[in-house]
Amino acid sequence: MSNHHDTGSIKAYIIGFILSIVLTIIPLVLVLEHLLSKSALVVSILVAAVLQFVIQLFFFMHIRDGEGPRYNVMALILGLVFVVTIVAGAMWIMSFNSQVQ
Amino acid sequence: MQQSVSAHVSDHDHGHVDQEGLKVLGFWIFLVTDCLLFATFFATYAVLHNHTNGGFTAKEFDIPGFIIETFILLISSFTSGLAVLAMNKGNKKGLIRWLIVTAALGATFVGFEINEFTHMVAEGATISKSAFLTSFFSLVGTHGLHVTFGIFWMIGLIFQLSRKGITPVTKRKISIISLYWHFLDAVWIFIFTVVYLMGVM
Amino acid sequence: MGKSHFFVTGDPMIYGADVSIVLAMIAIVFSLTYFKKWGYLWREWITTVDHKKIGIMYLLSSLIMLFRGGVDAILMRLQLAIPNNHFLPSEHYNEIFTTHGTIMILFMAMPFMFALFNMVVPLQLGARDVAFPMLNALSFWLFFIGAMLFNISFVIGGSADAGWLSYPPLSENAFSPGPGQNFWIWGIQLSGIGSLATGINFIVTILKMRTPSMRLRDMPLFSWSVLSSSIAILGVFPILTVTLAMLTIDRLLGGHFFTMDAGGNPMMYVNLIWMWGHPEVYIVVLPAFGVYSEVVATFSRKRIFGYGSMVFSMIAISVVSYYTWAHHFFTMGAGADVNIVFAICTMIIAIPTGVKIFNWLFTMFRGRIRVTQPMLWFYAFVPTFLVGGATGVMLAAAPADYQYHNSYFLIAHFHQVLIGGVVFGYLAGMYYWFPKIFGFKLNDRLGKWGFWLWQIGFYVCFMPQYALGFMGMTRRIYTYNQSAGWDMGWAPLNMISTVGAFLMGLGFVFQAWQIIYSLKHGERDVTGDAWDGRTLEWSIPSPPPIYNFAVLPTVKGLDAWWYQKEEMKKEGYKPEPVKYEPIHMPKNTGIPFIMSIFWFIAGFGFTFEWMWMGIIGLIGVVATLFARSFQYDTDYYISVEEIERTEKALRNYTSVQRSAN
Repeated sequence: MSNHHDTGSIKAYIIGFILSIVLTIIPLVLVLEHLLSKSALVVSILVAAVLQFVIQLFFFMHIRDGEGPRYNVMALILGLVFVVTIVAGAMWIMSFNSQVQ
Repeated sequence: MQQSVSAHVSDHDHGHVDQEGLKVLGFWIFLVTDCLLFATFFATYAVLHNHTNGGFTAKEFDIPGFIIETFILLISSFTSGLAVLAMNKGNKKGLIRWLIVTAALGATFVGFEINEFTHMVAEGATISKSAFLTSFFSLVGTHGLHVTFGIFWMIGLIFQLSRKGITPVTKRKISIISLYWHFLDAVWIFIFTVVYLMGVM
Repeated sequence: MGKSHFFVTGDPMIYGADVSIVLAMIAIVFSLTYFKKWGYLWREWITTVDHKKIGIMYLLSSLIMLFRGGVDAILMRLQLAIPNNHFLPSEHYNEIFTTHGTIMILFMAMPFMFALFNMVVPLQLGARDVAFPMLNALSFWLFFIGAMLFNISFVIGGSADAGWLSYPPLSENAFSPGPGQNFWIWGIQLSGIGSLATGINFIVTILKMRTPSMRLRDMPLFSWSVLSSSIAILGVFPILTVTLAMLTIDRLLGGHFFTMDAGGNPMMYVNLIWMWGHPEVYIVVLPAFGVYSEVVATFSRKRIFGYGSMVFSMIAISVVSYYTWAHHFFTMGAGADVNIVFAICTMIIAIPTGVKIFNWLFTMFRGRIRVTQPMLWFYAFVPTFLVGGATGVMLAAAPADYQYHNSYFLIAHFHQVLIGGVVFGYLAGMYYWFPKIFGFKLNDRLGKWGFWLWQIGFYVCFMPQYALGFMGMTRRIYTYNQSAGWDMGWAPLNMISTVGAFLMGLGFVFQAWQIIYSLKHGERDVTGDAWDGRTLEWSIPSPPPIYNFAVLPTVKGLDAWWYQKEEMKKEGYKPEPVKYEPIHMPKNTGIPFIMSIFWFIAGFGFTFEWMWMGIIGLIGVVATLFARSFQYDTDYYISVEEIERTEKALRNYTSVQRSAN
């Protein structure tokens, strides 16, 4: 196996864990306490979710590990492009839906 | 048998492909496809979430319930990381212990989810009530099925570990399931945000 | 559902099918037992993980499916040949156009493509197998079991009749109750999971299993086309899986994704299915482009023109194809802005395709061209695909599409690109690599008969359909001129079209005859290099030994084998001394087959909504997964002595044959 020499230390895991907890609590408080206007709220909780996803990737899933071309990173980036296309494309195309229903 | 094969590989197979690394890459690519699978469910949820047919709406989600679920899954993601750390230190006992903790947390998570679903169904919020509920149960249920499958997989690996110990093959298997487990937590973050938080907002 | 509906009854054609199926089964079981071939079948084929054998099984199944889909087509054309015809009952006609489309795309084109993937890619890369051989076998068996599940609907339970993509609400319980629609769902679902696994498998194979000296930029274009096609598979097959799962949830669990009531939205299905469906046609056409690239370079005796732009255009096609799906439903009413964006993306994709056509033509320019069977199919491809592409651009213009859509103009267009692009390409590939896999060439004379019948039949069949489209004939129409007084003048052109379909059918008969005839009389390939080829697959004997390459080949650039042959012709060429090493190979395993049987049980159970049976099947699937996870003894080594023995035998055979000639 090529990628276990620099997998994270206990420190990295704890940092990642704490950051994840913080990024879970922030949007929770924002939503439950109604601190922001609706669109600002949506944007900020989505940003928190994306940040937490990035933390999972770096601190827990060790996306930086391994030598040679990083095909897993390329696959992931391509996958994210597809994800955005599926979700945004479907919402855009189906937006006429709100007028019909 | 496997031992002898791996010894062989290191002896005179320079040009050869690293079998275990190959499988890890294959699994990464599988995770990408799984990502797209969830993306399709999310897209459908996004399109249909207002079609409540006069029934249960997203405002009525059980807030303490989904907060507990979120933290349980987050902690289990952390403990599965600790299992990998123990494995890298060659600590078989610690590895098995953390895997058991992770699987137990996963089972608790699934228990809470089943509890949530049965309560909703008891209130009349069934999968056939509205398009919103169909897409909700499908999205969250698919995630729950993934977690359930992961629990059984983990139990299988615990048996293999206790029999074979930490070898290149079992090491690869543990790395793969921990990737899977972190991935499920990452998907849950978006369910938590898009379905629950935006729902009760 | 009661027993009385279990078997389809009431149609003499179906009773005929029942009888012939039972007779064929008895004949197969009897001959396997009589010749004591059960063990052989199990050891050599059912449990095999060898990519070459899996490729052969894909090829055979896809040719059988081509036959079945072709019979459907001929029945349809018979129904439409004359006005006011009632040759088929109308429901039967609906079932046949549904199964024709589904079979041709999912159970003919896809396995034919995977046949080429499996037979060629590892050999071109200088690899001994694919990255995950057991998964490869599983992909095949999932496809096979899916295809069988889909096909038994003909005699058990009744076929789906809601069109090849089964749009809801028609495909929902309210309008299509019963097992027919479920057969469609589960047949595709199972084979689709197999396709997704193949996509992953070949991406990893191409990225990681190349012989160490082969850089990506030295890789033959067919392998590049497989990579780009696999990337598209990766991107869209999960969507298909989910869309089918949603339809299942609606039908089986009472969900409301796509129903007309409780807030469901059938348009979402159309949106999702085309997110898969459009890239799907590029998935099948890209490998055909790869085949043409190999064929043209080999038979022009020239390096391919514009290698870099070829690679770039293929990757561009596989990515841009992701952004064109809405052109299948311009008339849905999503608005002008949506239609404009998707119309433009659709037209953009014509550019890389045009680049490729020019590159092939420039490769032929000043080449020393040999007109062989694969090359003939390439010649046929160029004009056919060009016209198909041009009518495609016409359809891509969103406002004009309001006129063309759902008419026979559309039917003619997509048959022209799918037959002209995909089928011609795969047939070219089959003729090209046949001697590599089987060790003999396919007979030329019979092949040419088949070729010309196909060509003439194709144009006679589909050109009238463009005109019929303009004359207002809509697709899926059952019969016309029902009542006197509105003769639309469709009858003569329909009759001509039917004649064309028969000519193509005759062409297929010639091809089947050609294969059977060549088994015995085909020209044996003793050199391993039947066409004076350029890429690595031609550097090893035909058919290749189980391990493909005794020594991993060294690659110094594009067209590695061509330049090695140039080296070998030089004065004072000394072959490097070979030193064999033990070769690491995967062991055969029965798990893919057994798991697929459980999938079949699950699929059959859910089709008839017998939940207990479905759940038993799924439990079996998980159990076999576990059994595999606990299996550690999965590989073995081929010893140096055995390699030496095999290589010596192969070389002796070759030299004996040579001196005999």
